[in-house]
Amino acid sequence: MQSSNGRPRGGASGHEGPAENHEGHDLTPAEASGKVRYHDPWYDALASGWGELDGTGAPAPEVPAARRQDEGPALRAGDVYLDVQRSAAFQEVRSRYLGFVVPGVIVFLTWYVAYVVAATTAPGLMARPVAGAVNVGMVAGLGQFLTTFLLTWAYARHARLRRDRAALELRWDTQELTRGVRGGVL
Amino acid sequence: MTGNHQTLALLLFSGFVAVTLGITTWVSRNRHGSAEEFYAGGRLFSPMENGFAIAGDYMSAASFLGVTGLIALYGYDGMLYVVGFLVAWLVVLFLVAELVRNCGRFTLADVVAARMSERPVRIAAGTSSVTVSVLYLVAQMVGAGSLVSLLLGGTSPATRAWTVIGVGALMVIYVSLGGMRATTWIQIVKAILLLSTTVALTVLVLLRFHGNIDQLLLTAADRSGHGLSFLAPGLKYGGDWTARFDFISLGLALVLGTAGLPHILSRFYTVPTARAARRSVVWSIGLVGGFYLMMIVLGFAAAAVVGPEALKKSNAAGNTAVPLLALDLGGGANSTGGTALFAIVAAVAFATILAVVAGITLASSASVAHDLYASLRRRRAKPYSEVAVARTAAVGIGVIAIALGLLARDLNVAFLVGLAFAVAASANLPVLLYSLFWRGFTTRGAVWAVYGGLIPALALVLLSPVVSGSPDSLFPGVDFQFFPLQNPGLVSIPLGFLAGWLGTVTSPEIPDEAKHAETEVRALTGAGAV
Repeated sequence: MQSSNGRPRGGASGHEGPAENHEGHDLTPAEASGKVRYHDPWYDALASGWGELDGTGAPAPEVPAARRQDEGPALRAGDVYLDVQRSAAFQEVRSRYLGFVVPGVIVFLTWYVAYVVAATTAPGLMARPVAGAVNVGMVAGLGQFLTTFLLTWAYARHARLRRDRAALELRWDTQELTRGVRGGVL
Repeated sequence: MTGNHQTLALLLFSGFVAVTLGITTWVSRNRHGSAEEFYAGGRLFSPMENGFAIAGDYMSAASFLGVTGLIALYGYDGMLYVVGFLVAWLVVLFLVAELVRNCGRFTLADVVAARMSERPVRIAAGTSSVTVSVLYLVAQMVGAGSLVSLLLGGTSPATRAWTVIGVGALMVIYVSLGGMRATTWIQIVKAILLLSTTVALTVLVLLRFHGNIDQLLLTAADRSGHGLSFLAPGLKYGGDWTARFDFISLGLALVLGTAGLPHILSRFYTVPTARAARRSVVWSIGLVGGFYLMMIVLGFAAAAVVGPEALKKSNAAGNTAVPLLALDLGGGANSTGGTALFAIVAAVAFATILAVVAGITLASSASVAHDLYASLRRRRAKPYSEVAVARTAAVGIGVIAIALGLLARDLNVAFLVGLAFAVAASANLPVLLYSLFWRGFTTRGAVWAVYGGLIPALALVLLSPVVSGSPDSLFPGVDFQFFPLQNPGLVSIPLGFLAGWLGTVTSPEIPDEAKHAETEVRALTGAGAV
């Protein structure tokens, strides 16, 4: 499945590009022919497996394609990435990702630091009984477990419904563009 | 500990070694010797398999024996550790797992070097990765040495030395013959063994207390001699302000360090896509979370059933809490059930150390061969020769770890683990986050971020009470202590981020927009990922 060559640009048909960009641009055989690509494991992974499409959430609305029809062979691979980065489709994927992750990280780091600081500086507060042997500290500690599980679930769901499809489209488009560039140079 | 325990535990452990060696030979039978296969197991593991393997890499003997011991002796303060170990996975899931899978090939340095001038960045990131791995490795080796004397009764220095050498030799065989594929299967087998043992013990505890957690906690508090304050923070870290800041420092290191551990990062390359990497982290959060919840129950149960006096008599740090609890749950010291359970727990603890050690050795040999060797030797190495270098590096790291493990055998295991996390959080995390998320990041920034975290972290430890100036330190005779905390994280993590920022703003280099675009597009879409 993989063109699993070693670290430098190994055996793949010598592609051109900025000298430092050699890491991991080799296309797999499946990607090389547009027809087969929907049967490769990269694509299949979208529709199968544990915790997948639960039927409750609708897939995210389509985002416009990044592909452009007027690509000339004179473009460098670096320009392709700049073009894709500036495309509306990519900006949308990025803002969806950051829109979830940035508040998420702020929330759980604040909650964790608050917990650790409270446990070390205010043991009296943590020792207050709630029910039976259970005190505020126990509730807070188990609350950390609970929020971790909840945020994990929320992140996986958000990524699956709001990001995966658009990101995969962008992946194929970008790879097709970079391949076009390389074919032209070759 | 009677002879019965020893024989049975040795038999079970030999069984594990035989099975894992079988896996190693079976896996290496049809290998092709490519770097992809050696470092990443061909990248074709399923998310569930990788999730179990990540959990297997993460659930070390330090948590199985050490944290339960802390809970059994200090109650709530032991729980604080567990929470940090778990919450850390959110950092991995949100910021690191998918992006690293998309951008890199084998190591942390791959992600950073894609945007920067390659050589200095690879040398810096490779150095810090190897440092973190060796610290973590020494902790596990020291743990193996003390475990054997605790569980099998062989307290003579020779027994300990031979255990460390034996563990080292086995891990070198696993890694250099089987590569990532064998290491992954060993992790999976070990994770299943460890989790089923833990589940069985937890069920026995709940049966003993008729499912009444409240009664379990009250009995534990009662027997601990501290009363209800056993269930609240403060017994271990509640002393002076130094102790409190020390714990805050440790907490930060735990939560930010996991995302910088090389052997955890390298696990994301064993699955085909970023989606699969995300799903393996979701699996491992479930497994690790469940494991730690059960650890809390077992820790309090050890306090309630065995009692702190018996625990302290067996091992002052409480490291034998789980085996002693198993002995009691199985029916007592002279019953078949007790002997069997004790032996199973001992064998599983050994298996845990072996598997974790193999994972770390593989990750550090990848750093040596893929980053350091490839950059320091200007000649472009052919793929097969890089794998050969990695195999040799595994042997070399094994020898170093054995030597350091023998030298450092009196150091506290939990301290070494905390230190490895602190170095990972100070040296690896800042450079990783900056290169993934900061458009203007430059080569100088990357190099400064690594050394600006690594050097302060190590220097602060040298100047801390761990090394000199207190009766428990490494060199009690001299006093050049300057820094009051045992864990450097509170100072060195911000320094790592600061150095990265400072290096970037003072650097004359203009950041390459095209390369940033490439990193960002590849990180978020997976375009061009191998």
